[in-house]
Amino acid sequence: MFGRILASGAVGAARSMSTAWWRHVEPAPKDPILGVTEAFLADPSPNKVNVGVGAYRDDNGKPVVLECVREAERRIAGNLNMEYLPMGGSVNMVEETLKLAYGENSDLLKDKRVAAVQALSGTGACRLFADFQKRFSPDSQIYIPVPTWANHHNIWRDAHVPQRTFHYYHPQSRGLDFASMMDDIKNAPNGSFFLLHACAHNPTGVDPSEEQWREISHQFKVKGHFAFFDMAYQGFASGDPERDAKSIRIFLEDGHLIGCAQSYAKNMGLYGQRVGCLSVVCEDEKQAVAVKSQLQQLARPMYSNPPVHGALIVSTILGDPDLKKLWLKEVKGMADRIIGMRTALRENLEKLGSPLSWEHVTKQIGMFCYSGMTPEQVDRLTQEYHIYMTRNGRISMAGVTTGNVGYLANAIHEVTKSG
Amino acid sequence: MRKKKRRQSAIGNRQSAIPIPSVLSLLPLPSSAVFFFFVLARATQLHSSQMASAIPSLSSATAFTSRRPLLDNLKQANVKLGTPNQSTLLGKDHIRAKSFTRKSMTSAVEVSRFGDITMAPPDPILGVSEAFRADTHEMKLNLGVGAYRTEDLHPYVLNVVKKAENLMLERGENKEYLPIEGLAAFNKVTAELLLGAQNDVIQQQKIATVQGLSGTGSLRLAAALIERYFPGSKVLISSPTWGNHKNIFNDARVPWSEYRYYDPRTVGLDFHGMISDIKAAPEGSFVLLHGCAHNPTGIDPTPEQWESIADVIQEKNHIPFFDVAYQGFASGSLDTDASSVRLFAARGMELLVAQSYSKNLGLYAERIGAINVVCSSSDIAQRVKSQLKRLARPMYSNPPIHGARIVANVVGNSDLFNEWKEEMELMAGRIKSVRKKLYDSLSAKDNSGKDWSFVLKQIGMFSFTGLNNAQSENMTNKWHVYMTKDGRISLAGLSSAKCEYLADAIIDSYHNVS
Repeated sequence: MFGRILASGAVGAARSMSTAWWRHVEPAPKDPILGVTEAFLADPSPNKVNVGVGAYRDDNGKPVVLECVREAERRIAGNLNMEYLPMGGSVNMVEETLKLAYGENSDLLKDKRVAAVQALSGTGACRLFADFQKRFSPDSQIYIPVPTWANHHNIWRDAHVPQRTFHYYHPQSRGLDFASMMDDIKNAPNGSFFLLHACAHNPTGVDPSEEQWREISHQFKVKGHFAFFDMAYQGFASGDPERDAKSIRIFLEDGHLIGCAQSYAKNMGLYGQRVGCLSVVCEDEKQAVAVKSQLQQLARPMYSNPPVHGALIVSTILGDPDLKKLWLKEVKGMADRIIGMRTALRENLEKLGSPLSWEHVTKQIGMFCYSGMTPEQVDRLTQEYHIYMTRNGRISMAGVTTGNVGYLANAIHEVTKSG
Repeated sequence: MRKKKRRQSAIGNRQSAIPIPSVLSLLPLPSSAVFFFFVLARATQLHSSQMASAIPSLSSATAFTSRRPLLDNLKQANVKLGTPNQSTLLGKDHIRAKSFTRKSMTSAVEVSRFGDITMAPPDPILGVSEAFRADTHEMKLNLGVGAYRTEDLHPYVLNVVKKAENLMLERGENKEYLPIEGLAAFNKVTAELLLGAQNDVIQQQKIATVQGLSGTGSLRLAAALIERYFPGSKVLISSPTWGNHKNIFNDARVPWSEYRYYDPRTVGLDFHGMISDIKAAPEGSFVLLHGCAHNPTGIDPTPEQWESIADVIQEKNHIPFFDVAYQGFASGSLDTDASSVRLFAARGMELLVAQSYSKNLGLYAERIGAINVVCSSSDIAQRVKSQLKRLARPMYSNPPIHGARIVANVVGNSDLFNEWKEEMELMAGRIKSVRKKLYDSLSAKDNSGKDWSFVLKQIGMFSFTGLNNAQSENMTNKWHVYMTKDGRISLAGLSSAKCEYLADAIIDSYHNVS
């Protein structure tokens, strides 16, 4: 350590000079996803299209604040104190959030078997779970699908949990590689921890069917695996939150004790508020109390207690039947617009006479479309057409509008028609 | 064969199974119990090597192979369980009596992976408020957590905050993700508030500022940066310090040690002890300093003492690491309260500074603060900022927007900024006046001749009363005055109406309980 400081040219203790402690710090690589938006913002072209980060846009390409959110904010503005939330966060918010994942009438909730805390959106929930896994199952690893949201790898790595991968995406069919996935599940050591996307897989948009979920759940039982669900898009995939939670419900019916990360970033448009929830299903109430206390113990040295504003918005909306109805309508509206854009993009590409199959554009679900384009093709899209997306070929359908879908289809056709 | 290798490498990556350090840091344990805990940890390590030798059988074993009752581990290690006293400390629930016969794989309810998990100890600070809420006594007084209260003992939302929120509502801004480093407008004003907009460091962009989750989150980012770029370097923290500091460095895996700070004989600063300990530490250590209004003691160095502290830090090539949670709240003046940090910056020193707006803007629950790293060049500052972002991304991706907007609006609008300064003077003024009233009551009621003037000399939200553990418990059990066991009271929770009652409680506890 001293050598490193000395080698970097640290000066002696002369009062007027400062030692450069940080000279050895390298610039970090740009975040592959958030870096795309930065580049987009810097581009002066009037034709530029941002289909990079997964943030919903309306048909004019504008960010959306849901009506139910605006109304909730009006109700809470200025009249509440800002005292610290308990370490576990807003009790109201957590209760409502658990109902969404586990079902309104879930026995697990009635029996208080679910340990849950408010978390910093999906990222914070995953990170809290990863730290929890490290502390209480220190010999375990995490099996992560290929591909997955890039930050998953960062999260479990920084939590010092070793990672393995399992097959998921089938490039040739642009669909699910179910056979290889099942093989990997069978071959993993008994009692392994698996990260599953509950719905609207990011980045591929490829979800198992209901029958496939049942098979996966059964195999998990045989192997005694632990299922950790990252559910960032409930409501956003099909338009129906109950339907989008089907995978989780199947596992719960089969008696699995799961973990679950939930986020309101997309389905309530609360991106910047960082609202989410981490839950862990336990054998009984006493265990749930103990587990919750340990989750809080992990959160305390990270941020003490979670931010209140977003949580208040969520509990205001979900706690009021009219606002909740409005929310469900608005979520369906967003999901429907995306489904409409999938259809439009596919039709445009087919009309252009593309030699490739674009069936996957409408088969895939949720915010993202895994186009199958190569990094080089993506680079061409950016350099020649000012279209911004991540280099894995992932298109955020939320950024597609009736205004730009033709331009987008044309550009994709141009860079893919020869290959 | 492949399976076996994978299993081994997983074990190779394994760390200590039981979170001993963080548990220990919270409990005041006698040394025999400390020993017991270490033995327990050792026993668990033995367990893992037994597992390693049992690998061939693992592939056919049923699930949950890593779970074993702790009692079994200890028996394997031939360790005595210790006296009844010690196992009581562990608690009956700690060791699950239930045997680990695995339920069959086809049964409806699985056995949990986390079945061995015990209840975490209540947080010593936040737990106090919970206990207070449960108390029904009419004279109860919450002097636990440091959240400001008005004379009527109500929480206080600053007027400027309400105005800023209304402005924000009117503008109808969107809720898109902030960049990882947070709101640019916030980062700009927070650095300027700390150092002064005209400061060279700001003018020459030699500062990396990243919005953080209040003070805690900002400290944690700094700790993670230290762990990654100065592996093995120690952080020196004051004895005592805010309880969560140790948790933060423990969880970030940064070693720490203490420097003397509080002198119980004078109920003041052990200045010579502090300087000696900082001098004795290995070169290139990080020294955690409270910028103003030391928590929990309320004891701050004088300007001359700050100069000496800076001298010894420079001599030893240490890095100053400021925790600034009360700027403006201590003296009532934002500039005065930043003078320690500015003194160091003026010497051209590189610094780490964590800031929080929980207290001074009353934004507790919004979790708004910042980590600043003052570097010797703007190029280095940019690189450091990029690495802070890389640490934040897998923690929470990007920080919450609401509090940042409030701060940016208040500080960025000169009317609101002036109004804020006035409100802050009012808050700090109220604290000073209850200190005076408490001191007067103590002096009037106590005939022992004890010098209570430390109440006036201490500054900020907290006071270290000098009461010990048992005496603090008496405050709670007999007088329903809730405070932390280290003798810390939060003046922010004291009304002038209750000063006399508090004086009675303190005098009784001090003289009649040992």
